[in-house]
Amino acid sequence: MSWAWRGLRPILESILAGAIGLGAGALIMWAWGYNPWPAYAALFRESFGSSYGLAGALANATPLILTALTFAVGARAGLFIIGAEGMLYMGALSAVALSFARLPSGLHTLVALLCAAAGGVLWSLVPALLRAYRGVHEVISTIMFNWLSHFLAFYLVANVLVDPVRAEKTLSVARTSRLPLLIRGTDLSLGIAVAVVLAALVYLFLWHTVTGYELRAAGANPHAARYAGVSPQRTVLLVFALGGAAAGLAGAVEVMGRPPTFAVYSGLTNIAGFGFDGIGVAMIGRIHPLGIIPASVFYGGLQAGARLMQMEAGVPFEMVRAVQGVIVLALALPELTRMFKVFLRTWRARRSAA
Amino acid sequence: MNWAYFWSLFSISLHAMVPITLTAVGEVIGESAGLFNIGLEGILLLSAFTGTLGARTGGPLVGLLLGLATGMGIGFMFGLICAYWKGSQMVAGVGINLFALGFVAFGLQVLGSPGFYTVPRAAQLPPIRTPVGAFSPLIPVALLLPFLIHGILNHTRAGLRIKAVGENPEAADVAGIPVELTQLLSTMAGAALAGLAGAYMSVSWLGSVTKEISAGRGFISLATVVFSGLRPLLALAGGLLFGFFESLATWIQSLPGVKETVPWQFISMIPYVATLLVVAGAIGRVRFPKALGVPYRRE
Repeated sequence: MSWAWRGLRPILESILAGAIGLGAGALIMWAWGYNPWPAYAALFRESFGSSYGLAGALANATPLILTALTFAVGARAGLFIIGAEGMLYMGALSAVALSFARLPSGLHTLVALLCAAAGGVLWSLVPALLRAYRGVHEVISTIMFNWLSHFLAFYLVANVLVDPVRAEKTLSVARTSRLPLLIRGTDLSLGIAVAVVLAALVYLFLWHTVTGYELRAAGANPHAARYAGVSPQRTVLLVFALGGAAAGLAGAVEVMGRPPTFAVYSGLTNIAGFGFDGIGVAMIGRIHPLGIIPASVFYGGLQAGARLMQMEAGVPFEMVRAVQGVIVLALALPELTRMFKVFLRTWRARRSAA
Repeated sequence: MNWAYFWSLFSISLHAMVPITLTAVGEVIGESAGLFNIGLEGILLLSAFTGTLGARTGGPLVGLLLGLATGMGIGFMFGLICAYWKGSQMVAGVGINLFALGFVAFGLQVLGSPGFYTVPRAAQLPPIRTPVGAFSPLIPVALLLPFLIHGILNHTRAGLRIKAVGENPEAADVAGIPVELTQLLSTMAGAALAGLAGAYMSVSWLGSVTKEISAGRGFISLATVVFSGLRPLLALAGGLLFGFFESLATWIQSLPGVKETVPWQFISMIPYVATLLVVAGAIGRVRFPKALGVPYRRE
C-alpha cells in the first residue's frame, strides 16, 4: 500500500490540481460572461479529439519538455532556475545564425542543435558563476538575464539576423538544418524525439549515476552533501550547464522544426513564453524528467486547443496560462491529498447516511 | 545640454522610484516574519490591471484601493498556503506569477484591446502641480512610508513580534506569539503595498496597462530587499537607486544624437545590469532572518 501510494500520490495530486485549475478557469470565464462548457468542449475536441490535433499537442509539447527539464534539474539540486526563457531565445537565435554555415543535410542539423545548446549554456554561465561564487540568488539573476536576453534578442532579430525581404522575421533556418517533419501536414517534427530522448537521459543521469545522486543529495540536504564531499560550486555549475543546454535546444527545435516559416518573428511572438510555461509544466510533472513528458503533452494540448476555443467560443486563449497558474498554486498545497482524502471520507459518510 | 535635461532625469527618477520602494518595503515586512514571496511580479501586474478597472468605474481613488485590495487578497491566499498549510513559498510564488501573466493577458483581450489599455484621463490620479513640474501624490507617500515602517518594525511591540517570528519561530511560539497569524498579517501587509504599487503604475504614473507593465520590477524589488538587508530605510535608498537607473535608461534615449548611435535595446538593459551588479556587491554584507523561507512546524 505505502509503496504504491508513494508512486501514485504525486500523479493523483497533479490530476486533482489540474481539475482545480480547469475549475478556476471555468469560474473566470463565467465571471467575464462566457459560457465555459462550449469553450472547454472546443478546446478538448481540438487538442485530444483527433490524431491531427494530438500531433499539434505533441508539437507544442516539444519545447515545453526541454524548458521543463531546465527547471526540474535545477529544482532537484535545490536551485530555482527561472531563466529558461532567456536561454531559449539564445538557443533559437543560435540555430538561426547557423544557417549561414554551409554543411550537408543531417550534419547541419546536428551542428545547429549543438550550437543552440552551447548558446543556452553560455547564457546561463554568468548566473551560474554569480550563484556559485558570490551567492547571488538564482531567482534574481536569471530573471535579470531573461530581460537582458529579451532586449538582445530584439536587437539581433531586427538588426543582425533580419530577413532582407520580410522585415517582420529573421532569416529562415537553412533547409539543410531543418528537423524533418514526422507527419505530413502537421507541425510535429523530429524535435519531439530529441526532447524525449533528452528527458530519458536526464532521468538515467539523475537516478542511475553517482554524480546524479550527489546532485539530488545537494538538493535534499545541502549541508549533509557538503560534509560528504560534494562540491556545491561544481553542483551549481553542472546544473546550470545542463539546464542551459536543454533550454537552448528548446529554442532550436522551435525554429528548426516548426513550419511554415522556420524563423523567429520580430517581437519574439513565436518563441516567447515557452520558458515560463516550462516552469509550470515541470511542477505539474512533479519535477521528474519522465513526469514532465505527459505534463507537457497536457499543457501543449491546452495551448493547441485554446486557439480553437478563441475562434469558436470567443474566449481569449491566454486563459489557459491563468489555468496553469492556478494548477501550480494548487500544487503548492502539501495538504492537497489530505484534503482529497477528507473530502472522499465525508462524501462517503454522507452517501451512506442518506 | 541644459538644466531642464537634468531636471527631467530627476523627475522621472522620483516617479520610477515609487513602485520599487513600495514593493520592496512591503516585502521587508513579509520577509521579516519569515515568508519569502517571489510572486511580487505577479501582484504588480494583477493590481495594475484591477487598478484600471476600479479607476474606470469609480475614479482614481477606487482604482488605487482596488489595487491595494488585490494585493492584500493575493497576500491572504499566499499566507494561507504558506503560513497555515506549510506549502512551498517558491511554488506558490511561481503560481501567482504564472496566473497573473495569463489572467491579465486574458483580461486585456476581454477589454477589447489586445495587450494594451489606456486609462481615460478623467480616471487617472491628478498630479500635484508645483512651479517646478507635476508630481504624483504617491511620491511623498513612498518617501515617508519607509520611515513609518522602520519605526513600527524596530520600536513597537508588533514590529518586534514580527521579527521574533522570522528569526526564531519556536521561541516566539513558546513566548505566546501566534506564529501563523503574524506571518499571515505581515505578508498581507507587504502584498497590499505591492498592490498599491501596481495600481500606481497604471492609474497614476503611466496612465496605461500592458502585459509587460511590471517589467521585472517585482524581481528588482526582491533585489532591493537583498540590498537592504531587511532595513526599510535602506530599501528606500535601494528604491531611489534602481529608480534612478531606470530613468537613466529613458533619459539617455531622449538625448540628442544617442538614438542614432546606440541601439535602444542596449540602453534598455541598464536597470537590469545595475540590479545584478548591486546584488552581487551587496551579498555577504547582509544578514537575513534564520527562518526565512522555512515553514514553521510545531514539534
